[in-house]
Amino acid sequence: MQAERSNMTLVDVSNRKPRSLSQLWESSSKLVLLLPAILVVLVLSIFPLIVSLFLSFTRIQLVRGGFNVTFLGLGNYQKLLAGTEQRHFLGKLGEPSLAQWALLAAFLAVMLWMLTQYARSPGWRIFGLVMRTLAIALAVGLFALTVFTLAEGGLPGTLVVTLIFVFTGVFFQYLIGLGLALLVTQNLRGKRFFRVVFLMPMMITPVGIGFLFRMMVDTGKGPFAPVWNFLGLQSISWVDTPSGARAAVMIGDIWQWTPFMFIILLAALEGTSREQIEAALVDGANRWKMFRYIILPQIAPVSITVILIRIIEGFKIIDMAQILTGGGPGTATESMTLYAYNAWRTQDFGVSSAIGYILLFIVTFIAMVIVNIIRPRVVERL
Amino acid sequence: MSKTKFVLLITVLLMVVSGLSLVSAQDMPYEGVVIDILTFTGPQVAEPLIRRAPDFAELTGATVNVVTVPNADLYQTILTDVATGTNSYEAYLFAPQWTVDFVGPGYLEDLTPYVEADADLMWDDVAPFFRNFSATYNGSVYSIPLDGDFHMVYYRTDVLETLGMEPPKTWDDYLAIAAAANGTDLNDDGQPDYGSCISKARAQQSYWWITSIAAGMLQAQGTSEGAFFDTTTFEPLFNNPAYIRALEIYRETSDYGPPDEQTIGVGDTRSLFVTGRCALTLDWGDIGSLAVDPENSTVNGLVGAVVTPGYTEVLDRATNELVACDEATCPYAIDGVNYAPFSSFGGWSGAVNAGSSPEQKQAAYAFFSYMAQPAQANEDVTIGRTGYNPYRTSQFEDLQPWLDAGFSEDAANNYLGAIEASLNSPNMVLDLRIPQNQRYEQVIIDTVLSQFLAEEFTAEEAAAELAAQWNALSDELGRDAQLEAYIATLGISTTE
Repeated sequence: MQAERSNMTLVDVSNRKPRSLSQLWESSSKLVLLLPAILVVLVLSIFPLIVSLFLSFTRIQLVRGGFNVTFLGLGNYQKLLAGTEQRHFLGKLGEPSLAQWALLAAFLAVMLWMLTQYARSPGWRIFGLVMRTLAIALAVGLFALTVFTLAEGGLPGTLVVTLIFVFTGVFFQYLIGLGLALLVTQNLRGKRFFRVVFLMPMMITPVGIGFLFRMMVDTGKGPFAPVWNFLGLQSISWVDTPSGARAAVMIGDIWQWTPFMFIILLAALEGTSREQIEAALVDGANRWKMFRYIILPQIAPVSITVILIRIIEGFKIIDMAQILTGGGPGTATESMTLYAYNAWRTQDFGVSSAIGYILLFIVTFIAMVIVNIIRPRVVERL
Repeated sequence: MSKTKFVLLITVLLMVVSGLSLVSAQDMPYEGVVIDILTFTGPQVAEPLIRRAPDFAELTGATVNVVTVPNADLYQTILTDVATGTNSYEAYLFAPQWTVDFVGPGYLEDLTPYVEADADLMWDDVAPFFRNFSATYNGSVYSIPLDGDFHMVYYRTDVLETLGMEPPKTWDDYLAIAAAANGTDLNDDGQPDYGSCISKARAQQSYWWITSIAAGMLQAQGTSEGAFFDTTTFEPLFNNPAYIRALEIYRETSDYGPPDEQTIGVGDTRSLFVTGRCALTLDWGDIGSLAVDPENSTVNGLVGAVVTPGYTEVLDRATNELVACDEATCPYAIDGVNYAPFSSFGGWSGAVNAGSSPEQKQAAYAFFSYMAQPAQANEDVTIGRTGYNPYRTSQFEDLQPWLDAGFSEDAANNYLGAIEASLNSPNMVLDLRIPQNQRYEQVIIDTVLSQFLAEEFTAEEAAAELAAQWNALSDELGRDAQLEAYIATLGISTTE
């Protein structure tokens, strides 16, 4: 059979005649129709990606009519990870307390347990094991960096500040968004009105929200100044302390992006099976059990997706920190994107590109872990 | 009408029209010329350009558009525009210390022939420091000063009288006054106010203050000694007890300042001072004219100015230790105090893009000349919202414009006297003018100081970090060439 097919192919090729215009169009139409899109992707996405990768290995100096390029190899990465910018980017390690050591040990134990579970599973593969080992090593590294830089005497760099913004922000955005969505699905009066109100922060430009929060946290002149005065706190500025400034940026970010979680989760909740819920009610399930065993499994795939989207978006945070605190005090609220922007603004294009690539690597890694490891496990277990 | 008469009529009409055009062209030399000037988001500094542009258009026919960007973006916006050949702007109002980076590649028009042919500019009336240092580079004029800049300390005369204290001569005096006044009600609104207000926000204009605070200990042997680098080794002057002490003073001033001092800009501190909320502030000349503005000030007649305070100890560079002032260590000391007033920034100056068309270059120069001529400039420097401070000799000699602006004679003499004391000081500190000085100051000092104030660094760590980063940058740019450029700038005459 195989031999016959091969012969037929040979015969077809040898008997090929000049094709008509319609045949030519038939065969090439796919390419012609796709070409504009391919060109757009190449020019706007792939080309800048390659150029910025090249830039991350160089030092660029603007000169009349163009620029001078000096190839540095991994010099810019070395500067960030082990050179003069190390403290700015990675931070300064402190002395963890006993509780922090315990937290780190617990995290490591969980990671190792997950790895062991995979190795013991019947469907394990060498490639999967290697990738998981690498993922766990990176996750433990990032977690350890966070714990050490947040410890006594430590100082978080822009990498850890970004991780704090992303994970704390997304955690609260999901909790509040889910809570509001559950509330709106109840048969309450005025729920249509609240649907619109809850969405409003997402419709405001991020720069506007930055200025809004800048006014709100101003204890001397802001709208809450009378409250601060009454409490005797008018001489305390919470954006002048690293933790206060980070909290202010995160509150602004949570306020802005909770509606996104809300609207997606609301759609997911409204799509859950009524029959199952009614059956559970008939069986006497309480609200918690109904949520845990009926609703949560149904919205889990959407939840994971929306969390993934927000994590990817969250890593790009720049507007809130730039407007609200300028990345300060010091570098306490400087995200990686803001750091890259500041480097670009001062003509350090190489370092700026290197930060961008490290960010891309981390985001890709986290997205892969969520898609390939966390999502299947969560969906399967729930 | 016969054909001959018709032709004659048309000819006469054409002659009349062309004659009118000639008259118009002479009266309106830049008719139809459009110039875009880039400067920073004020509202000060850009305000006089915007206000006077219609008058200039009426005189010359040129249309002047003023485009603004945040101060932290100004340098790179100019550099990106000219380096890529975009040339979106015909002229810039910028920091003259950046001239060094723009002249080398040929981005700026040499204005020497323009100045030499322009009697209306009255170039000799511009104080020598601004003519020879701010405006000139390698013997050629590249910018026209519209502003003169020195740091000074302003104080509330009524507050000091109440406290029974004298205006600060040293930084210890400054701290003592700030501590005594802090928390008291300085403007009778029932709320506690601040002893000292110094803007310390990152990415604004805060990175100059530390040099003013440190200079009195770092430079004692006259202007040519310099306050930034050792002139033999090119080692930055950070890792020493003088700079570390200056950092500690800088941080201590925050103890007596507004709670959000780390996030407020110079516009905010000016507003706080002229509304009576601060006993002391460190600023350029702007406070003097802002304090007499009846619309915004509540402290008119209650403000005094003194040259930036100094020290009774200075750094011995050979031993890297602080030594007491005497005739040898502080030859320019006054009453045992070494003063080193800092000509920070150098004053906003107008430069012309060499890539513009000849008509646009002429029009842009003419506009800066118009702005700098005494008829306009001597009025603008007396108005607080302009952000322009005195830089012409006539502005110091003729008190009338100041009196017209609302100054009392005593206040005008006090204010101008403080600037003149800085301008005429033989120990004046020149701002950094080596290639890429913007990265040394506006990037490195600005970031490290912000980290220091946020307690990410101790004073010793901040000094070491500054030294490490300046050294790394000098190595990147070529240490010997940078040293040569540094020494060359220190040799410029500022007094003749």
